[in-house]
Amino acid sequence: MSTPAIRIQGVSKHYGSLKALGGVDLEVGQGEFFGLLGPNGAGKTTLISALSGLVRPDSGTLAIMGHDVVADYRNARRNLGVVPQELVFDPFFSVRELLRIQSGYFGIRSNDDWIDEILASLDLTHKASANMRMLSGGMKRRVLVAQALVHRPPVIVLDEPTAGVDVELRQGLWQFIRKLNRDGHTIVLTTHYLEEAEALCGRIAMLKAGRIVALDTTANLLRRFATHSLSVRLEHPARGVELGGSAGEGGWVDFAFDSYGEVETLLARLREGGAGLVEMRLGEPDLERVFVEVMNRA
Amino acid sequence: MAAESPLAGFRTLLYKEVLRFWKVSFQTVAAPVLNALLFLLIFSHVLDRHVTVYGEVAYTSFLVPGLVMMSVLQNAFANSSSSLIQSKITGNIIFVLLPPLSYREFYAAYVIASILRGLMVGAGVLAVSAAFVVVPMAHPLWVLGFAVLGGAILGSLGVIAGIWAEKFDQLAAFQNFLIMPLTMLSGVFYSIHSLPRFWQDVSHFNPFFFMIDGFRYGFFGQSDTSPWLSLGVVGLCFVLLAALTLAMLARGYKLRS
Repeated sequence: MSTPAIRIQGVSKHYGSLKALGGVDLEVGQGEFFGLLGPNGAGKTTLISALSGLVRPDSGTLAIMGHDVVADYRNARRNLGVVPQELVFDPFFSVRELLRIQSGYFGIRSNDDWIDEILASLDLTHKASANMRMLSGGMKRRVLVAQALVHRPPVIVLDEPTAGVDVELRQGLWQFIRKLNRDGHTIVLTTHYLEEAEALCGRIAMLKAGRIVALDTTANLLRRFATHSLSVRLEHPARGVELGGSAGEGGWVDFAFDSYGEVETLLARLREGGAGLVEMRLGEPDLERVFVEVMNRA
Repeated sequence: MAAESPLAGFRTLLYKEVLRFWKVSFQTVAAPVLNALLFLLIFSHVLDRHVTVYGEVAYTSFLVPGLVMMSVLQNAFANSSSSLIQSKITGNIIFVLLPPLSYREFYAAYVIASILRGLMVGAGVLAVSAAFVVVPMAHPLWVLGFAVLGGAILGSLGVIAGIWAEKFDQLAAFQNFLIMPLTMLSGVFYSIHSLPRFWQDVSHFNPFFFMIDGFRYGFFGQSDTSPWLSLGVVGLCFVLLAALTLAMLARGYKLRS
């Protein structure tokens, strides 16, 4: 069995009386596209910071590609690229200078070929000589991604990389990250855009108050927690509610079901109950519903 | 795959720190040189005809090494402290914290860059002063040794202050209420033999006095106290401050929570 890309065992972290992480255990396999989801303050960024050595846990161990992030920090950090959540940059340097400097920090000299390739992939070639202060927010975000990749890390962590990013850039970014994943990089993603996580991640962990409250493949989570829905507009909405539906927005009444075989029975109940069907639509299970369900149960 | 070099991380951080101040060299090098020259102009105009030191050394000649060393010390402190607090406040410190750099490499890069800026400004002040004032240099190695050690001490203090301070106001307090008084009261502008006995004794508790006095010995071959004593005190201060700074960095104080 190959070494996990990330292994987290019993990691706890407190800030004073605030418990940021409460005994987190997690393994991410090599080549996975993994999602780390949770509401604000759930501990996602603390966990990522512990992985990257910015936060020292009170207890537990973390390893990147088998290298302990404390005892063998040099190798652990060589194997990890982090795209931080905040839009931070060094105002003294141009994009190319910054990427050369970042390569040097990782012990890499003469990295221009790879830097050119990253710049081209992120559509930054024409901004290579521009000072960071001159770039738009989206461009700065792309440079952050480039900085995380200069040392070709096998594990890449993206902490809400698309926050405040326009649709075009977001799609371009995901295309690039997907390619990296196809090329064998392990990707760990935190995001508040659940549709992104659903589309990209093969496996997902959900955190709440510093604990993992759900961990499974995306498909299994959708199967286990989310139901299909039938939304109907009725001549007599109150009858729909009496028949087991829940009042939705704009006069719609929603019914949840697990398999399409139940739709016929539901429609028959409405007809027999005299609700008067005007309009109907079917809803697929989605990660947002799973997320809400999991968070409510935890 | 690009070539990897074991010390490349340290060298890159040092290069980045030097490039950072060099890119704004009007502010970080030229301006301090001009400030020191203004001091020289004013004090020499007022005092040169009235004061001699060490018997026959003209006051202006005496003043130049003091101003050079003051510039070395203040700029060494400013370099590491301002770089670190700016990086912390803007958040780009993470680009230095995420790579596989050890805390020793981190310390060495910031302190050496501070020494280099201090030496650059000091050399600038000396070169321009020499155009107007005759300044002998009896023992150049002592000059260089004290300049490097003084720069290293203030560079270390700058690392401590830059890490400790959470806002520019706190850093300014460190600079204005600690560094500046210790520098000004160290004998930059006077020989402590011109002070009353009590203040002469007090001056011996100020490590900056030994930095300036030892440095001045390198120029005139004369000093207020033994240059070996100064070297011992300054060397000990450096060792203690380096140990304190390294301990802070090893613990990740205010950098790795």
